[in-house]
Amino acid sequence: MPAERILLIGVNHKSTPLEVREQLALTGGYEEALKRLSGIQGCKEYYLLSTCNRVEILLLAEACPSLEDDLVRFLFEGRILTEKCREYTYIYYDEKAVSHLFMVAASLDSMIIGEAQILGQLKEAYRHASRQQCTGPLLNRLLHKSFSVAKRVRSETGIGSSAVSISYAAVQLAKKIFGSLQDKKVLLVGAGEMAELAAEHLVGQGVGEVVVANRTLARAVDLAERFNGKAVSLGELVQQLERVDIMISSTGASGIILKKDEVRPLMRLRRNKPLFLIDIAVPRDLDPELNDLENVFVYDIDDLTTVVELNKTEREREAVKAARIVDEEVLKFQRWFKGMAVTPTIAALQKKAQEICRLELEKTLPRLQGLSGKEQQAVEKMAGAIISKMLYDPLLFLKKDSCKQDSNAKADLLRTIFGLAEDDNQQ
Amino acid sequence: MTQISYLLFQTVLAVTFLSCAAYVVFFISRKKEVRTIARRVLIFSGILQTAYIVSRYWLTGYAPVTSQHEAIAFFAWATTWAYLSFRWRYTVKNFGTFVSLLIFFLLVIAASVSRETAPLVPALQSLWLPVHAGVSLVAYGFLALGFCGGLMYLLQEKELKSKRFGYFFSRLPSLEALDQLNSHCLTAGFLFLTLGIVTGTMWAHQAWGTYWQWDPKETWSLITWFIYLIQVHQRITVGWRGKRAAVMAILGFCAVLFTLWGVTFLLGGAHSYAR
Repeated sequence: MPAERILLIGVNHKSTPLEVREQLALTGGYEEALKRLSGIQGCKEYYLLSTCNRVEILLLAEACPSLEDDLVRFLFEGRILTEKCREYTYIYYDEKAVSHLFMVAASLDSMIIGEAQILGQLKEAYRHASRQQCTGPLLNRLLHKSFSVAKRVRSETGIGSSAVSISYAAVQLAKKIFGSLQDKKVLLVGAGEMAELAAEHLVGQGVGEVVVANRTLARAVDLAERFNGKAVSLGELVQQLERVDIMISSTGASGIILKKDEVRPLMRLRRNKPLFLIDIAVPRDLDPELNDLENVFVYDIDDLTTVVELNKTEREREAVKAARIVDEEVLKFQRWFKGMAVTPTIAALQKKAQEICRLELEKTLPRLQGLSGKEQQAVEKMAGAIISKMLYDPLLFLKKDSCKQDSNAKADLLRTIFGLAEDDNQQ
Repeated sequence: MTQISYLLFQTVLAVTFLSCAAYVVFFISRKKEVRTIARRVLIFSGILQTAYIVSRYWLTGYAPVTSQHEAIAFFAWATTWAYLSFRWRYTVKNFGTFVSLLIFFLLVIAASVSRETAPLVPALQSLWLPVHAGVSLVAYGFLALGFCGGLMYLLQEKELKSKRFGYFFSRLPSLEALDQLNSHCLTAGFLFLTLGIVTGTMWAHQAWGTYWQWDPKETWSLITWFIYLIQVHQRITVGWRGKRAAVMAILGFCAVLFTLWGVTFLLGGAHSYAR
């Protein structure tokens, strides 16, 4: 059984509903959380990533039966029933963990695949961990590798330039209409999950103000609070339209709630400022004829899906390429990791020494004529003895248990000194 | 000197073609390095165009804005520097591609008409000549930019309204940026156009003894001026923008071209010095 394993544990937008993820947000920041992590037995090297869509811990773990439970407890801090916790979290070991990390870094695991933010968040998280000396040679290498994998994926595939999901399509269109979304105002009509998600993305792009209109005002107030916006009643809809730039409609109404004739006079009051109306309700909330008005752009869910599909076909092709890159890099890393442990280092060192010894003997012995078999053996013995005496101290240094904490660092050091690095290591 | 001037113009044509080609390559490939090259070549072309105009001045001894060739070459020069002055302030994605095509097109026309120099008609021997013609052509330069912006706006708006996203969608800038551009070109162009007409009336008063004599060129200048006046007025009062403003910028530029060429060749009149 390997003594040390790479372990990744976490929750993300796929495994956990938003209400749960919200409770996981690290309120105390990285410093405090990392300090708490250091108290858990079995964590040798560790780092922690926390974004709005995921919380993940990556660690080099020593065999310890209670580790998984401790980590789950750390993640949820007892805010949720323990049985439930296990459902939400995913745990990966070794190459699966490495692969997951690379996927996250390359933004292949993101809610909006290909978005670039995640790499910055990853670097930020790593900076915190390394500043507090939580990472060691293994994690340093692994995380740096993940950055370069992300860069490779970005430069060798077109994954970053196109993105999926309806809300991303909405943002993409809004940008083509308004240029910058800074200081634009968004009106959410109906407080569905889709509308919330779209608004979240728009706010992420710098939208200045969010107004929520809903049939039940209480729900509107709740949602408005999340975006630091304000709530209005559904009756004020037309009035609000005079001052917002983007409207996302997702009510459960059975008919159309906004007609062309209601908006036409508004455009004059708005001094013809463009109005982007997004209708994600089924059945539709907005009169499709609104699109005929100048400076009004109406997109319903089907139109947005067209944009998504447009991105998707290209993206799928790119995702295959990206996954191949990730697999490739995981394999390379795995090769390096296996060589890292102490035992293989000893073996490799001895092998190299014996190889040198053998080569030199083969060169020298034929030149020494007239040696008896006994004398020849003595020469061989001497060469062997020199080597083992030379290696005695380095091996002792490597095997010494007193500071086991650094065994990986020591192995790494010796590998460098004696040139035992693998191809991958010599880059 | 004639030879040098001739060669200079050929060089301008070649350099502008290179810049234009680089801009088209950038439009297709979207490689940023290509755009940098294209822009540098265009700046070089702008400098060469200036040198060419100076050489013409040396050659003829008067401001080179009288013959058809000179006027168009000056028009191209004004468009180039109007664009470069905008470019210096802010970027509009792929605007250079459209503008450089227009500049090259103008230069090709200038190359295809007679480049002969002729002694200046007595009526034109005045200090007003460079002022009036120069200012008017600079106005045309800005209005030409507005025209390019208008075309781009219509292309992009069509993609957004029809919801079928083709070749241009990702290559063209946002509607807002194009509308901003329209507004800026309109402001600068209208200012120079007004100045051009005012200096023209003053010159007319001096040369012909009357401020305005309803000669076809004057009439068409006034029509053009009114088209742009409506745009400026509507933009300020009711916030005309978007598609309507883009269409008007294109219409206005058509009127500009007609004033420049159509009047001379079709209608004649007191202004038709150049053939």
